Amino acid sequence: MIMLRSWKVRIGLSILGFFILLAVLGPLIGGDPRANDISSISQPPSAHHLFGTTQFGQDVLAQTIAGARGSMLVGILAAAIGTLIAILVGVPAGYFGGAVDNGLNFLTNLFLVMPVLPLILIVAGYVQGTGPFVIALIIGLFGWSGGARTLRAQSLSLSSRDFVLAMRMVGEPHRRLIFFEILPHLTGWISAMFLHGMIGGVMAEAGLAFLGITDSGSISWGTMIQAAQQQSAVLRGLWWWFVPPGLCIALIGTAATLVNFGVDEVSNPKLRQARRSVIVRTRKVVSA
Amino acid sequence: MSAVLVVEGLTVDYVTGAEPVRACDDVSFELRRGEILGVAGESGSGKSTLITALTRLQRPPAVTTAGRIEFHGTDLVALGPDDLRKLRWTSLAIVLQSAMDALNPVMRVGAQFVDVLRAHDKTLSRKDAWTRAAELLGMVGISADRVRSYPHELSGGMRQRASIALALACGPELVVMDEPTTAVDVVMQRQILAQVLRLRRELGFAVVFVTHDLSLLLELADRIAIMYGGRIVEIGTAESLYGKPRHPYTRGLRDSFPPLRSPLRKLNGIPGSPPDLRNPPPGCPFHPRCADRFDGCDEQRPELLTIEDHAVACRLYPSGEDQS
Amino acid sequence: MRLAFLARRLGFYLAAAAAAIGLNFLLPRLMPGDPSSAIVEELERVSGQQVPAETLMSIRAIFGNPHANLAQQFADYLRQLSHGDLGVSVVNFPVPVADLVWQALPWTLLLVGTTTITAFAIGTLLGVVAGWKAGSRFDAILTPFTTFLSSVPYFWVALLALWIFGFVLGWTPLSGGYDADLPQGFSFAYAVSVLHHGVLPAATIVFSAFGGWLLGMRNMTVTTVREDYVLLAQAKGLSPKRVMFRYAARNAMLPSFTGFAMALGGVVGGALLTEIVFSYPGIGYLLYESLQKRDYPMMQGVFLLITLAVLLANLVADLAYVLLDPRIRANR
Repeated sequence: MIMLRSWKVRIGLSILGFFILLAVLGPLIGGDPRANDISSISQPPSAHHLFGTTQFGQDVLAQTIAGARGSMLVGILAAAIGTLIAILVGVPAGYFGGAVDNGLNFLTNLFLVMPVLPLILIVAGYVQGTGPFVIALIIGLFGWSGGARTLRAQSLSLSSRDFVLAMRMVGEPHRRLIFFEILPHLTGWISAMFLHGMIGGVMAEAGLAFLGITDSGSISWGTMIQAAQQQSAVLRGLWWWFVPPGLCIALIGTAATLVNFGVDEVSNPKLRQARRSVIVRTRKVVSA
Repeated sequence: MSAVLVVEGLTVDYVTGAEPVRACDDVSFELRRGEILGVAGESGSGKSTLITALTRLQRPPAVTTAGRIEFHGTDLVALGPDDLRKLRWTSLAIVLQSAMDALNPVMRVGAQFVDVLRAHDKTLSRKDAWTRAAELLGMVGISADRVRSYPHELSGGMRQRASIALALACGPELVVMDEPTTAVDVVMQRQILAQVLRLRRELGFAVVFVTHDLSLLLELADRIAIMYGGRIVEIGTAESLYGKPRHPYTRGLRDSFPPLRSPLRKLNGIPGSPPDLRNPPPGCPFHPRCADRFDGCDEQRPELLTIEDHAVACRLYPSGEDQS
Repeated sequence: MRLAFLARRLGFYLAAAAAAIGLNFLLPRLMPGDPSSAIVEELERVSGQQVPAETLMSIRAIFGNPHANLAQQFADYLRQLSHGDLGVSVVNFPVPVADLVWQALPWTLLLVGTTTITAFAIGTLLGVVAGWKAGSRFDAILTPFTTFLSSVPYFWVALLALWIFGFVLGWTPLSGGYDADLPQGFSFAYAVSVLHHGVLPAATIVFSAFGGWLLGMRNMTVTTVREDYVLLAQAKGLSPKRVMFRYAARNAMLPSFTGFAMALGGVVGGALLTEIVFSYPGIGYLLYESLQKRDYPMMQGVFLLITLAVLLANLVADLAYVLLDPRIRANR
């Protein structure tokens, strides 16, 4: 993997890996996030409760660990749905062109300009009962258009390459061409899109939870912050309640940005030449 | 005749990795008033690096680590950015390979003349500058109403001629041209070369013309330098270089192009590929591809020695005497 | 060529507007049950009297009429919209939705409009400098910091800011858009109270939005600086400032500009989360409130307005882009 040469990619992927591990192994490490310890209510961090407790006497650390699972689940699910739709819309549009492209491209542009957050709000307002799966579905359904646009452009240029044209003339069926010639060339774009979608999903889930759309029964970083807000934790100085989940989201977002930057630097030599190490080395040689 | 430009021991390194990569190695030459010096070489020979080093336009990770570039006795390498800026375009101009990329796509062609004219002549009014821009375009055969066009509205040949006119806007003494004819067709290429020769006659500027196309230089240049692996391996007048090429590489280069004005002869390419500058071969950089190599070519690096009317760096000519 | 491009875009936005109106029409009709009857019942429960026939018709036009087919309903719906009638708010009965929207709009435009422009200006300027001096200490410190900043969820920043500046330090009010004790109008005291209430929401928006512009602009500038036309501009001996702005930044800005125009369209939708955290009386808060109280007519009306505003802004952006980039062609 050439991408692993960049330290940004390595650090970003490590952070993401850590949180995925946390989401998978969470129940084994953390305590019961719903257990109410009546003896310690709204306590600041201590040896007994490392991250402190909520107003209901719940352990914030256990909640943060459980929240990783809730948030990552929605993020990954939303990314999977969004990426799938992006592929289904973007690739045929670019590959077939013509009327198929006109129709699909219109659809893509439509979703691109529609204000997504209000739209999700309205839909969620009508749909009663919104567990993590419904939330992920809604986020995925409304968040695929950017990816579809990229994939359309890429498969448009791929489908006019000589090797595809040649195989078309030989009479290879479209399905085979799309699955074995076009898609493998798009894996880089698709994985970047999935990563992007996952972060977007985590952020969107947090936002929707904060707006009170998610079922408050499920535990995620978003519902934690929302609960803290509802109980006026901010105005009562219970900072340990809402700081950890927010930091986790920020860390995941930073990790994804790092990966993106690193990949950009590896694939774009212009960005690579502007790295600090290069500049510093140049300056040293000049002044020597 | 006095020298406009004296380059001495110019050395440029790329400091990207742990080990610097030497793209220009100990390059020296002189340029007299109104002279056209052709620089020929394959890609990776260091000719593009030479251009940005000569014009002091290099960016990290390229660094000039040694040598002098004397313009009328002033060393450009030692000059500060403000002094350098005053010298730019009024004394030293450049024409880049692709005019499509070299012209700002969102500015009118005329405006790109006007800003440089007014930057170097504060007394020039905006209106006079536009008039002057139209005159300059007229000089290369582009009608005056084109000053209001955007670069993408001009044809490829027009754009290239416009960027030559742009280079002459402030009456420079030296114009560095980086393969200005590669992006246009053969007919346009000949027109442009004829124009460069005519303008040089009228205005008297000197030219460093860099290209991979040796046959083109034979038509255009007074003297020619051949670059290989970051070094000048042979330099001399166009006639002597064509009639009596000494370095095996120059011979190979000459024989790989069809002559423009003489009967066709057999074409021979040079086998192999240019050296990897990150890991240059020991001794003479050309020896892995050289048909005439002999014992020691892979150990000793030959120096550039003068024989008769030109200079060559090859162990076939050990003490500057002619063996062929 | 430019005209053809504009015509195509105009056609697209008209179609998109039609789709938005269609969506707004269909959504309540796709939902299980009969929203219009539910709304009428709710209205009668709240007001304690029978809903007038006129209101009943208006509600049925928007939310579905069990006694008419879909085509007939759509015709009624369009006629209703053409009169600017968005229905009646359930919670604030009998105030029309349109009136409530018009009341909230100036607040949102003031807060979100100014901050969107400020964030774009600051982010773009810093991004140009960071990209121009890529690898410098300025760039090496600012860029990673901004990367982190742009990954922090906005509402979390807002909560922290509210806690620190509003609660701990007590510098700013905790909620609202103005001092409720003062008479509304163009008095000095009122203007001061509006500013006082607006400064923290505005600061949080700018703080968390400028990073995105900065990062995008920085990378575009780094790429643009290595274009031949920037090299040539330097060779021409132009002042560094002119090379940086007229050549590098001017071209690097083009992609950012499209994003900026879209962001301006989003202004009408309000910084939803900002307005909620700070209880700011704008469009976003209106939407949130209507959602919380299941005030469907309000939800629908606000959503329609937001969508149309976004479409309009995008159209304007396309028009402006044609002026900014002379290369634009019909086949984009």
